Amino acid sequence: MQLSDLRGHKHYSDRAFTGLALAAAGLVVLILGMIAVTMTRRAWPAFGVTFFSSTRWSAADELYGALPFIWGTLYTSAIAIAIAVPVSLGVALFITQVAPPWLKRPMVSLIDLLAVVPSVVFGLWGVLVLSQHFGLGRSFLTAGIILGVMIIPIITSLAREVIETTPASDKEAALALGATRWEMIRASVLPHSKGGLVGAVMLGLGRAMGETIAAALVIGSAIGQITVNPLAPGNSMPAVIANEWGEADGPHKAALIALAVALFVITIAVNLIATSIVQRSMKRSRGA
Amino acid sequence: MTTTRDSESPLSIDLRAKPSWRTTVNALMIGLMGAALLLVAIPLVAVLWSVASRGLGIAFAQFPDFFTHTIPVVSRRPGPGMGPAIVGTLLVTGGATLIAVPLGILGAIYLHEYGGAGLFARLVRFMATVMTGVPSVVMGLFVYLLWTFNFGYSAFGGALALACLMLPVVIGSSEQMLRLVPPQLREAAYALGTTKSRTILTVVLPAALPGIVSGSLLAVARAAGETAPLLFAVGAATAYNPDLFHDANTALSVQIFANANSSFAAAQDRAWAAALTLVLLTFVVTLLARMFTARLALKR
Repeated sequence: MQLSDLRGHKHYSDRAFTGLALAAAGLVVLILGMIAVTMTRRAWPAFGVTFFSSTRWSAADELYGALPFIWGTLYTSAIAIAIAVPVSLGVALFITQVAPPWLKRPMVSLIDLLAVVPSVVFGLWGVLVLSQHFGLGRSFLTAGIILGVMIIPIITSLAREVIETTPASDKEAALALGATRWEMIRASVLPHSKGGLVGAVMLGLGRAMGETIAAALVIGSAIGQITVNPLAPGNSMPAVIANEWGEADGPHKAALIALAVALFVITIAVNLIATSIVQRSMKRSRGA
Repeated sequence: MTTTRDSESPLSIDLRAKPSWRTTVNALMIGLMGAALLLVAIPLVAVLWSVASRGLGIAFAQFPDFFTHTIPVVSRRPGPGMGPAIVGTLLVTGGATLIAVPLGILGAIYLHEYGGAGLFARLVRFMATVMTGVPSVVMGLFVYLLWTFNFGYSAFGGALALACLMLPVVIGSSEQMLRLVPPQLREAAYALGTTKSRTILTVVLPAALPGIVSGSLLAVARAAGETAPLLFAVGAATAYNPDLFHDANTALSVQIFANANSSFAAAQDRAWAAALTLVLLTFVVTLLARMFTARLALKR
């Protein structure tokens, strides 16, 4: 700022560029605001007490109870988390604490490769291979497995970042006391990165809840059932939107948009909590 | 393995006796971590193997028919054709790139070069984080209400949706790269009397370019594989439509989704071959991104 004061006069081009950059940055705020406003306005007629409490979803009767889909979203994400968390933690610990340095890069590339495969390809594999040849059918469990595989790269890379903030002195102290590598991890690494790991898992959860296409292909598109049987066909909020949009008319579309608004609110809440946890734990470890 | 064993010391017997179960637990846990890595490799290899083994034969049966012919209107009929979908994917992804990358870089320039730690910059950063968490299906419906509802199906609607998904990613990665440019470079330019915008365009941006290109390419690779936002915006054409702004188009991901849902073997075959094409496309873009990252590392 001081430097620009020293210069004789401000060029118009300089000011124009500043304005352009400002507008581009403001676009993010504008888009988010527009998403909230336009979608809520369009979905408003569909919202009501029954939307969140009823289990009847029938376009023919104009009944829109989203409870089964909310249940499906929560259930499949829970399965995904149960699969992804131990695996991601194991991989992140292996890469950061156990693997020799020359093995780190290829391992990270392997995990990154998993993130590059498009979700529709996972869905295709899930519906034509996993559900048919392993006796799982199109079900909550199949969807949970596919979603779990898809969020492994996200959780792993975040967990790696968090774990790597553990001060070397903490780890060396544990080793100097005669701890084995696992005891060192349990005594120094895990307590230090606990908060950040919780955040990483929650970011994975947010991603699993919003994942659409893979879930839409393998979940089975059952209407209106709430069950804990993992092998039963089910449905989730994003899957319903993707599968029913093509044949939807006015009020049906409004109901689907209402589902999207509800999904938007849930995933944003989960993401915000996760980000704040990760950032707080990162800041604390940097300060320590 | 990390316990020190001093055979001279009288304590050595105690030290050696105890570790037996501790080292077993240690070996077990490390074994489990290694097993986790193998467990991750299984789905990756299985998916890629299925795509390659089922897709290669179809895609390259009468080369280059699969990549040039139009999509069969009756999906149960066997035979090639994903040409329009390839063109559609390139159109939609290319359009999204042209919208999101310049805007994202500009936004990042504002955040790092102008906003700094100011209130508005912090708000934008926060909102960009929020925006990366918006599910792609929500973004698709938003663009439907904004564009498709008023102007009908077109590749441009899909490009808008993908651009919305890419924008916060490009902003985030570009800002990180701008942060790596040493402040001395800017000061040297200022000392020569250069205006701020000129400094940014001629000194800062070129220095950060390989990193920005790499980050943007990764965003492009992710966007090329997106399906959900395109369902509401692009439509389902079976013929070539090179017009970005008018009439229904199609894309590889949309075709995979539609054909995977079909119970006809011919449609499923086309889905596998389209998946192979899409995976190859995203891998090539990712590889390009890697090359730019390598160049960046080389310079440092």
